[in-house]
Amino acid sequence: MSTERLAVRKTYKLYVGGGFPRSESGRSYPVTAVSGGFLANAARASRKDARDAVVAARKAFPGWSGATAYNRGQVLYRVAELLEGRRAQFADEVRAAEGLTRKDAAAVVDAAVDRLVWYAGWADKITQITGAANPVAGPYFNLSTSEPTGVVCALAPRESSLLGLISVVAPVVITGNTAVVAASETGPLPAVSLGEVLATSDVPGGVVNVLTGRTAEIAPALAAHMDVNGLDLAGAPGDLARELETAATHNLKRVLRPCAEDWAAEPGLTRLTHWLETKTVWHPVGT
Amino acid sequence: MTAPLTGLDPGVIDPGAVEDLISSDASLRRFLHGLPGVDQVGVEARSAALATRSVKTTAKARAIDLAVRMIDLTTLEGADTPGKVRSLCAKARRPDPADPTTPQVAAVCVYPDLVPVAVEALDGSPVQVASVATAFPAGRAALPVKLADTADAVAAGAHEVDMVIDRGAFLSGRYLHVYDEIRAVKDVCAGAHLKVILETGELATYDNVRRASWLAMLAGGDFIKTSTGKVSPAATLPVTLVMLEAVRDYREATGRQVGVKPAGGIRTTKDALRHLVQVGETAGEDWLDPRWFRLGASSLLNDLLMQRAKAASGRYSGPDYVSLD
Repeated sequence: MSTERLAVRKTYKLYVGGGFPRSESGRSYPVTAVSGGFLANAARASRKDARDAVVAARKAFPGWSGATAYNRGQVLYRVAELLEGRRAQFADEVRAAEGLTRKDAAAVVDAAVDRLVWYAGWADKITQITGAANPVAGPYFNLSTSEPTGVVCALAPRESSLLGLISVVAPVVITGNTAVVAASETGPLPAVSLGEVLATSDVPGGVVNVLTGRTAEIAPALAAHMDVNGLDLAGAPGDLARELETAATHNLKRVLRPCAEDWAAEPGLTRLTHWLETKTVWHPVGT
Repeated sequence: MTAPLTGLDPGVIDPGAVEDLISSDASLRRFLHGLPGVDQVGVEARSAALATRSVKTTAKARAIDLAVRMIDLTTLEGADTPGKVRSLCAKARRPDPADPTTPQVAAVCVYPDLVPVAVEALDGSPVQVASVATAFPAGRAALPVKLADTADAVAAGAHEVDMVIDRGAFLSGRYLHVYDEIRAVKDVCAGAHLKVILETGELATYDNVRRASWLAMLAGGDFIKTSTGKVSPAATLPVTLVMLEAVRDYREATGRQVGVKPAGGIRTTKDALRHLVQVGETAGEDWLDPRWFRLGASSLLNDLLMQRAKAASGRYSGPDYVSLD
């Protein structure tokens, strides 16, 4: 009797609307390690998958943006808890995707968990920083508060498959937006596994949607989509970024241009405030 | 499906034969129960197979425009107001203000008391006014009340009347009662088109759907309609398929063409296109016209408009760019 086990290979699918569908197109593409070895086949999302993801994100928006900031912070912290419990798996995936040493990969996963906790803490504090009681010449309260922009699509950084991904997605969702993220084309596997963590961690379905595939194929559909309100070009190659920014003008999306960013460094508030809009209300002073 | 009808071959149903059928409850029952049974697995497999048909590019653009022209834009809420009906009529006349090439819908469907509002708002346009009647949606009222309800709608100017059948009577086998009621309503309708709502969600079996379809057609219905939209499940593809077979066979037998209207639960362009594929494949191209096939819907129109916008601009549209109704 043989004691050798059959290999149980994992099917890497998309994460859309809280479920794990295959690409509507039925396509997949091979993902290789930095060293060149075959890792797995990942789903190759089509424009229709992108559209479906936007629909899912739009559907999730009222519930998520209407949740209390405190609650959103708790949910994101829960994601960090679960990611912490699966550090070993993510370290392996990051190591294969980015060609790091075992120790460096573990450090990247730790940084990703810490990044989530950092952003989770900001959930119910960012409004105090960005909001204001404005002085006006009249018997009115004049209050500025920040509100989420809506559906934000992000192209995750190409090189940093997990830390970079979390660094672009966390500020989007913690401020009450919902996200569609196109994972790194070359290293999409940690993103799909992150979807599994999100699916089991109180994040309502549709709040984060993960697409894998060719960035140049998915991104134009997202950039031109009239029901998308923000576009993060972190992982867009230079020539494509310009084209996407042009496509984004049709409905005046907020665009975050790509820039050389050190994902390991403390992020600051730029990404948080970028996906917030300011609402100012006047209210008569009561007597 | 052209299997012989028990005791009555297709092609020989003339008015005299119908007189014989309705001479008693028993003979009507004998005829309806003599209709070939529906193969449930087969019809579901057939409609599932047709639903995979891919309709793309120019064919899709034409199908979308056809679907828009087939819509009975419907509002049947207790909270309907004249203002809401007027805005719906404005939308029926010009579905997409940003694109004047968008065709108009077939009709606006409202409750009888709001017919005058719709008639006034649609004055001068080819969009018809349809009104539900006969104690919609339950149909649980005495015949004089149902007839008064219908007469009221017709007097107010409705071009089309959507009546509900008495499902209680149908399910307990009192077919002649259902037949007489449809006839009576048809007489009151005068010139107005009569659509007979079978409420298939309450009929339980496909066999019953087929029988109810024949009954409604024999009684003189100009259209057979799946549902009120108030009962779930509403219009499903297999049910529509059975009804399309019925109108096809009925025309073969009598020479009279009857329309079909699925209503309720058709919300996306994909659903609508699947219905159109079924119409073409089952009843035939003759039915691919707003005169013979309608889609009872409200939110479907917005989805069709978004798809039109996508086809025109290449950009996916969103709910921010269509009216909220």
